Amino acid sequence: MLPESNNELLKTSTVLNKKNFIEKSFEYFLKINGIIAGALILFIFLFMINEAVQVLNYITPENLLYIKLDNKSAGDIFSFDWSPTSNPPKYSILPLLLGSFLTAIPACLISAFLGLILGVYLSEIASAFSRNLIKPVIEVFTGIPTVVVGFITLVVAANFIQDVFGTVSRLNALLAAFGLSTIVIPIIASLTDDALRSIPEDIRMASYALGASKWQTISTVLIPTAINGISASVLIGFSRAIGETMIVLMVSGNAAVISVDLFGSVRTISATIAAELGQVSINSQHYYALFFIGFLLFVFTLLINLLAELMLDKMKRKVNI
Amino acid sequence: MEFFKSIYSWYRVLKDYRRISVTNDLAINFIRIMSIVTITLLLAIVGFIAVNGMQVLSWDFIFSPPKNNFTEGGIGPAIFGTISVVLLMIFFAVPLGVFAAIYINEYIFDKWYSRIITVSIHTLAGVPSIVIGLFGFGFFVLFLGRNLDELLNTGLLFGKPAMLWASITLGILVLPLIIFTTIEALKSVPEDHRNAALGLGATKWEMISKVVLPQARPGILTGIILSISKAVSETAPVLFLGCAFFLPELPVTNLNFGAFVIPMINPSEQFMYLSYHIFALATQSTNPTVTLPLQYGTALVLILTIVLLNIFAILFRYKFTKTFEKVRGY
Repeated sequence: MLPESNNELLKTSTVLNKKNFIEKSFEYFLKINGIIAGALILFIFLFMINEAVQVLNYITPENLLYIKLDNKSAGDIFSFDWSPTSNPPKYSILPLLLGSFLTAIPACLISAFLGLILGVYLSEIASAFSRNLIKPVIEVFTGIPTVVVGFITLVVAANFIQDVFGTVSRLNALLAAFGLSTIVIPIIASLTDDALRSIPEDIRMASYALGASKWQTISTVLIPTAINGISASVLIGFSRAIGETMIVLMVSGNAAVISVDLFGSVRTISATIAAELGQVSINSQHYYALFFIGFLLFVFTLLINLLAELMLDKMKRKVNI
Repeated sequence: MEFFKSIYSWYRVLKDYRRISVTNDLAINFIRIMSIVTITLLLAIVGFIAVNGMQVLSWDFIFSPPKNNFTEGGIGPAIFGTISVVLLMIFFAVPLGVFAAIYINEYIFDKWYSRIITVSIHTLAGVPSIVIGLFGFGFFVLFLGRNLDELLNTGLLFGKPAMLWASITLGILVLPLIIFTTIEALKSVPEDHRNAALGLGATKWEMISKVVLPQARPGILTGIILSISKAVSETAPVLFLGCAFFLPELPVTNLNFGAFVIPMINPSEQFMYLSYHIFALATQSTNPTVTLPLQYGTALVLILTIVLLNIFAILFRYKFTKTFEKVRGY
């Protein structure tokens, strides 16, 4: 219906102009929000790198690995310790790196084994009833407070592990690995389940039609097809284990010395930051050293997550042929 | 001879079949047993806490403050602190997350830079919480807070660990979760509804606010509930952002409006946090063995909160999918 007079046309056009203005302002408002959310990670990265490089004003790069101590009787001694309060302060990152790997890798091995089994069970073997029962439990467990896991590991599992393995130190790397498995198993299980369920039903049916048994289908068809998704789940679990703070802070023993003993007390990067940031004086070398190891942790998890993301992409392309 | 040959080949087939089926049964049963054992072990942790925590759980435990050097009393201030931090966090993170998600899904879904934004938010989701906490301490407290103090001449108001910075930092931590659940919810609104609204002459914003958002609301609420559950369960980020072991008073300030006095949460104060309370009691109190029952009680309250929030989220999601089944007619 056309407007009858010029006057009416003018009215319509004002309404449209007003609408257009509101429209544009909302779009700009949303755009600002979108850009803030998208640029946040870049901002965090730049801030962290800016704080982290300032450590080089105080500590030479080689002193971040070892420190040479003069010893009158025995000549030079190389010390690989992290102890910022000693004299001279020692900032070797090697024991911390070793501690992080010594807790995260065993945790990842245990969880990859059990998580994979649980994922296969959920996706292929469980009945609809038990699946509907177990899947929410697993989802809740991926979000369980890590401090509760640390607490239970500390008060219950610690004595148990000491009795079984007869370890010298009550709190050790293996204990932390067990604690970490509690949160990594659900992650790996849930992601493996997702990967297996993204495989089209046709492929399963084709395998059964060729006479393969269930186990043959799982081991020779489904797992090879989903291998990228499964590796991605293990990588994500690993990055979660290495970034986890509360469990290792509570149960790994926190001794910052070089050791590859699984039953010895170790200290991880994350636990060091959590334990020491509260007491540092601002803009001291210790403060920047903590930012430096935080930045290392950040970059490390970033790379692992990126790798996992690439693998998931590959998996998606493989399944969607 | 032929006869024996055929018997032999049948024997081979049977043997093969037997081998395959035995392996199959063994493997499947192994997987089944191991899975059930794993699930049982995980549930045993919760069960153990429940059994031990039940003994101290009471209304008095939930509402009263700690007394007598943490050997008696409850966790009232910690619960109050947790709720206030989470409320502030929702205030900061939810609008930003929801609007960003609308922008990504409704305005730029087909542009080249939408992929970049999505990937960077994905990356943010993978950053360890301790690194976010480190960033929050370095940026908000030391950089932003100290400079604000100098600028406004407020002494040491912003430049110290406080509830405000803790909640913003937790907001950064849960932002990816809110954005992705909101995008999920927006994606599940049928494209026909959008086209119908546009066809009736609605502008894009009218279409989004009157057609898309009301339908996506349960999905967005699920995201908010999940993000609350994530924030409550985190400890590492708030560790150096104002978490206190014990505070004699609640972080409350009274706002005077003439005749009215309204008690308000004071975001510049320190606070007690439920998850930090467990950590502090278990590792930093003078005698952890004496306070053990209280530790179990606190852990039980924390776990119950998480489980209840997750059940709510699952129910919301269930209702959400039901609604769409009705709308789509199948």
